[in-house]
Amino acid sequence: MSTDDGAAFLTVEGLAKTYAGATEAVFENVNFRVGRGEFVCIVGHSGCGKTTILNVLAGLEQASAGHVFMAGREVAGPSLERGVVFQGHALMPWLSVRGNIAFAVRSKWPDATPAEAETQVEKYVEMVGLGAAIDKKPQALSGGMKQRVGIARAFAIEPKLLLLDEPFGALDALTRGTIQDELLRICAETHQTVFMITHDVDEAILLADKILLMSNGPRAGVAEIVCNTMSRQRQRATLHHDAQYCRIRNHLVDFLVARSRELSHGRAPAQPPVVSPGLEPDPVDAPGSAPNVVPIKAAARVASP
Amino acid sequence: MAPALRSKLQSSLLSLAVLALLLLTWHIATLPAATARAASGLTPEQIEYQKMLGKDPAAATAKSAGFPTPAQMGETIVRNLAHPFYDNGPNDKGIGIQLGWSLLRVGAGFGLAALVAIPLGFLIGMSPIVYRALDPFIQVLKPISPLAWMPLALYTIKDSSISGIFVIFICSIWPMLINTAFGVSAVRREWLAVARTLEVRPLRKAFQVILPAAAPTILTGMRISMGIAWLVIVAAEMLVGGTGIGYFVWNEWNNLALTNVIFAILVIGVVGMALDLVFARAQRAVSYVD
Repeated sequence: MSTDDGAAFLTVEGLAKTYAGATEAVFENVNFRVGRGEFVCIVGHSGCGKTTILNVLAGLEQASAGHVFMAGREVAGPSLERGVVFQGHALMPWLSVRGNIAFAVRSKWPDATPAEAETQVEKYVEMVGLGAAIDKKPQALSGGMKQRVGIARAFAIEPKLLLLDEPFGALDALTRGTIQDELLRICAETHQTVFMITHDVDEAILLADKILLMSNGPRAGVAEIVCNTMSRQRQRATLHHDAQYCRIRNHLVDFLVARSRELSHGRAPAQPPVVSPGLEPDPVDAPGSAPNVVPIKAAARVASP
Repeated sequence: MAPALRSKLQSSLLSLAVLALLLLTWHIATLPAATARAASGLTPEQIEYQKMLGKDPAAATAKSAGFPTPAQMGETIVRNLAHPFYDNGPNDKGIGIQLGWSLLRVGAGFGLAALVAIPLGFLIGMSPIVYRALDPFIQVLKPISPLAWMPLALYTIKDSSISGIFVIFICSIWPMLINTAFGVSAVRREWLAVARTLEVRPLRKAFQVILPAAAPTILTGMRISMGIAWLVIVAAEMLVGGTGIGYFVWNEWNNLALTNVIFAILVIGVVGMALDLVFARAQRAVSYVD
């Protein structure tokens, strides 16, 4: 996949963040690019500053150094161009599903007629399959449904960039699977550019075109960019039968288990190399079974905070 | 459903039993026969002796009716409720008129306090600087008994009725102010972040995000304020006189009409409960489950 060409939609240059009173930066010298229509996941251990990077992209936090450019303009504050799906859905509990999404729609198009706004709201509620629950309050919804509303709210303002902060972290595995499928379908339909934080290696492989691997903090950085060379038509049910899947997964897990630590304290390269482990030949020194052994799920999941 | 209904029935029955017991105790305690029997136990010489000392046992029997019996009480309640709005001059007005005056003063004082406290509370809740600047004033002014302001109010305002309103104002402002500030400062950061990413303008953010988020806390403050205001109005009206339920109580005490005093006490309780219920309703209307 040719993603790192000159026509980058989002460019992050030399980003660093040092919190007041701290002696060392959380992360520094973070450089990466996201192309238009690309789905990028960022993976790393807790405390490496993933959420801070996302907040900087959203304009909710200020970086200590570095710049973020989106579509040729510097990101200086929050904007309706960037939709955010928060970790804890962040729905307003006094509003119904309709009210929550209408709040976002009204923010983007204050001059829209009530009918236009209503159409927009209903379109996105239908998109996440919650048409039947449109007039319910968030308290009456399950965790997965709430997160769907959060996704619908972010999509409803038709942002140029969608930022997802570990949106499925609090969901059970089955719900997570269905919503992942939905997100994949919606992103394919809308050609949405997405930047997403995840702790789940499998989720990253399923969803992302590019996976940014972050080394551990302090002084973390983007150590490597893994290209997902699998077909974009991949599906959750058949994903693990693809020969590339194991190689990519092993590469990611190896990084998180061993190399992420070695590359902390600013040892990550400033310009992360782009690798395509899916296309590499199987190592010859492990004959037979080794490449096909899928590590158990628990080992692959990075400890949550 | 059935067990819930049953326990409700049981508690209602228990309430009624307690009421009956209270009335019965009251009735027995005020039974004129009790003193009559005591008098009848005396020999004629003893009665004569007591009369010479100026203590007429027969008169004492009559006097023991000073504390009203439940029957007399019932009579008074019926009489007062039959004509609540009569007006026979400054010292004899119906309970409805007196209550109206009190509610008017409470409403005016409370309304003015809400007009000041809620916007100011918003400001304090949103800005830590303003909070720290105003905190010492609030801490000093809050514990002052509202009635302590009365002389100052009377001297400066020179109008007893408005002074009463001022006292209500000053006592109901603090819970509303403190609760509004707390509610506003405790709005979940996530909702504010949502508003920021949606580029919501400050005024819209205040009315559509912060206000609904803080509304349950603000209404709790209003409910507390109303409770205090209703406590204070009685005392304030006793002091300033003229009209109002507090003045009614004091006037009937001067008339030694204890049945009227007891009736007024009951009315104060019932109206206080009704006011509290109104705010409880409003509180439920704006509360949300997070």
